[in-house]
Amino acid sequence: MHELQVTQRILDIVLRHAKGNGVNKVISIQLKIGELSDLEDEWVQKYFDYLSKHTIAKNAKLKIERTPVVMKCDECGHSFEVNIKEVKDIQCPECTHKKSTLISGREYYIKDMEVI
Amino acid sequence: MEEVRLIEVKEDIMSDNDAVAKSLRERLSKEKTFLINLMSSPGAGKTSLILKTLESLKNELRIGIIEADIDSMVDAEKVAAQGVATVQLRTGGFCHLDASMVEKGLSSMDIGELDLIIIENVGNLVCPAEFDTGAIKNVMILSVPEGDDKPLKYPLMFSVCDVLLVNKMDYLHLSDFDVEAMRERVLNLNRQIEIFEVSAKTGEGIEAWTNWLKGEATSFIG
Repeated sequence: MHELQVTQRILDIVLRHAKGNGVNKVISIQLKIGELSDLEDEWVQKYFDYLSKHTIAKNAKLKIERTPVVMKCDECGHSFEVNIKEVKDIQCPECTHKKSTLISGREYYIKDMEVI
Repeated sequence: MEEVRLIEVKEDIMSDNDAVAKSLRERLSKEKTFLINLMSSPGAGKTSLILKTLESLKNELRIGIIEADIDSMVDAEKVAAQGVATVQLRTGGFCHLDASMVEKGLSSMDIGELDLIIIENVGNLVCPAEFDTGAIKNVMILSVPEGDDKPLKYPLMFSVCDVLLVNKMDYLHLSDFDVEAMRERVLNLNRQIEIFEVSAKTGEGIEAWTNWLKGEATSFIG
């Protein structure tokens, strides 16, 4: 639902880096977004196309890599991936302990971009 | 043909918001004002909960309220009728508040004269969870009629909050809401979270919540 604001932030950062690097055109942008985020890839691209149409990032393709939700078991320290949308109980696959701490899955990151 | 180059960006998309939120927290700690961000879905009882909280604490703490609403003043009017400093932020279609909007809200308040400010965020369990508002503590409400499965559907919201208020407990006997199952789901996502079972309607459990709030605010403002 907040794709528009997030997309504006992505465009601002991309244009700032483009300016500093003498870029003529942005071809693609690699993003890393955690699985905990509810962003819809398709809408991020649509908003991006709309916001960027008068900029050098026009027609740039957003490549979104989803980073999994990873928990670390409080008991044995084992790290494991969790499909947060499907599981009811989070449990360590090694020792079956139920208490664990979130270590990744909340990323909102621009990795790099292809430009000419 | 020009050659395609790769530029490393390595930048967090939320970094500008996070920076504003961080500087807000520094300012609050200097001014000794405790700021909480109250979030929930529409109709969970944010305004009623605020009114009940004011009833209990307004003689002990100097309280201000920031009301975010997409496009109305209804909640702000109810709260202002309690005689506390109230600022209305119309988000104009935005589904959440971010740190700059909160900063704008604070700029029209005399924060040095306030001990506690409560932000009533936009009713929504998705977007507000993504944006740090600069609050010292995040508080959410889950109301009994919404169902005990909400932690599974909105895991991010439950994982970013410091307190969960389970509201409308007076309705529990009419529903199949499983308090224990809900607790376990929430604690699986966030073990540090404090859970209070309350009813803004009957006043049940409100004292435990306001005691917690008063304790946290008092120790923050020193």
